Amino acid sequence: MSDWLFFIEVSLAGLGSGALLALAALAFVLIYKATQVVNLAVGELLMLGGYLFFAFAAGWGLPAWAAVPLAVIGGGLVGAVVERGIIRPMLGESAISVFMVTVGLGSVLIGLVELIWTADPRTLPAFISTKPLFLGEAYVSRKIAVAFAVAAVVIGIFLLLFRFWRGGVALRATATDQAAAYSCGINVPGVFSIAWIVGCATAAGAGILLGAIGGISPTMGVFGLSALVVVIVGGLDSILGALVGGLALGLIQSWTGTYLGGEYTNVVTFGILIVALMIRPYGLFGTHEIERL
Amino acid sequence: MPADAILEVENIELVYNKSVQVLRGLSLRVPRGQIVALLGSNGAGKSSTLKAVSRLLSLENGELTAGRIRFDGQDTAGMQPHALVRRGLFHVMEGRRIFEDLTVEENLTAATFALSGRDLPRGGFDEVYGYFPRLAERRGTRAGYLSGGEQQMLAIGRALIAQPALILLDEPSLGLSPVLVEEIFTIIARINRDTGASMLLVEQNAAVALALSRYAYIMENGKIQMDGPSDRMIADQDVREFYLGQSDGAGARSYRDVKHYKRRKRWLS
Ligand SMILES: Nc1ncnc2c1ncn2[C@@H]1O[C@H](COP(=O)(O)OP(=O)(O)O)[C@@H](O)[C@H]1O
Ligand SMILES: [Mg+2]
Repeated sequence: MSDWLFFIEVSLAGLGSGALLALAALAFVLIYKATQVVNLAVGELLMLGGYLFFAFAAGWGLPAWAAVPLAVIGGGLVGAVVERGIIRPMLGESAISVFMVTVGLGSVLIGLVELIWTADPRTLPAFISTKPLFLGEAYVSRKIAVAFAVAAVVIGIFLLLFRFWRGGVALRATATDQAAAYSCGINVPGVFSIAWIVGCATAAGAGILLGAIGGISPTMGVFGLSALVVVIVGGLDSILGALVGGLALGLIQSWTGTYLGGEYTNVVTFGILIVALMIRPYGLFGTHEIERL
Repeated sequence: MPADAILEVENIELVYNKSVQVLRGLSLRVPRGQIVALLGSNGAGKSSTLKAVSRLLSLENGELTAGRIRFDGQDTAGMQPHALVRRGLFHVMEGRRIFEDLTVEENLTAATFALSGRDLPRGGFDEVYGYFPRLAERRGTRAGYLSGGEQQMLAIGRALIAQPALILLDEPSLGLSPVLVEEIFTIIARINRDTGASMLLVEQNAAVALALSRYAYIMENGKIQMDGPSDRMIADQDVREFYLGQSDGAGARSYRDVKHYKRRKRWLS
């Protein structure tokens, strides 16, 4: 019986980190869908979000209700600057060059963060109560529960906006056929900007939640690699794929980490990536072939 | 011709990839409210001409190296394609280019961005559904599942949403059965009559295009070879032979060959 309870607790923790994976995956999807760019700096933007929150909350002593939105906006601003300053001028360059630029961007962000805050790990000021939460008999960390709830609500909102908001139609139209989107009067470069801003803001938000659970460090961006696995398996252009894939990978990582040992999580994660790519090269939920990089 | 033109194209030259020249000093004009046809064989540069006008050219690494284009009296140089659409110039591209993953209604919603700064007409999409009742029946269907004819109707429907002053139509008859071609061109004529929208119509199907238009241009190799009122074009012997398929020779020869041929004939006789 207690084995069962333990399994459920492990699974709940897995769903919690899975929701964060889904959120980070959403950042990949938004940017890829609009601009066909795989932004490898999503992990580092997530890290930056954690540090921005740290700066506003610990440095300036702002309350969480102000520090959280400021950090998210900060992530969005970085997205806007990167899109206008680096990505847009590269329009028409090969996918691999743009991809490499985002890799470089990630390293620059790590360097900047280390310059300002050093390479030491830090803990975020507590803004989620540590009082344990019980679902029936099963224990869940309140931080994980909050992260799950926030991620679920955000992804739900995105799914609704995509369906029912005119701007969501513009994004999907741009994703399907850029020239045709232009011909309908859609401001395609504007869609690119918004996708980058919202995508990077989402990543920053995920970083705050992740930092609240496990603390922040310049290397926390590796979380982005797991999210990348999620989107490659789930489909780079599919929000639903990000959601389902994120939760599934969170569960799998939690199970392998607990029952097989932490050293197995990466093996399993990237094993899944390889198998999935062999079965369906464009992702389980994706529609378009991913350009060979 | 009356002085008031919605579109004036003057001596444009177009180069793709900074190397391939496709248009060589092409000029044409579309008088306000009229349908003008632009004919020519495959590869003559008709689609390129339309892309130059709508400025969708920039997406294909094409560049205007000379000449100018005025829409509604204004030089379009430097304008972004979507800005031009919002001013009332709508390009219905070759191959329909509907958003296949979106529903019929969402395709029309996408076109409402052309109205940015203006109001959506009170009836919403009713005008489109009035012209194309079949689209109304299928408004919730994914556009990729529509038949070719229905997709063309949707492509024209998107243009209608934009309430444009000028519509560029690139081969609306492509791949459609004669019955459907008839149906769609009847509606195109009605749209022109009802809304007063001017049209520049590119067609391979010269017979239909000449019947519909008031004035026609025939282009070959990036230049206008011949132009005139459509009724006179229909009567023209060369046009009959080489564009209306009423010849006894092979249809693959170009208009230039006709000239050579005629010149030789004259010289021989
Ligand atoms: N994006 C492009 N890049 C390079 N060449 C092109 C491009 N589009 C068209 N062309 C070339 O320009 C010429 C005219 O093409 P197009 O305008 O499509 O002719 P049409 O519509 O009359 O069939 C063709 O020789 C074609 O190969
Ligand atoms: Mg063409």
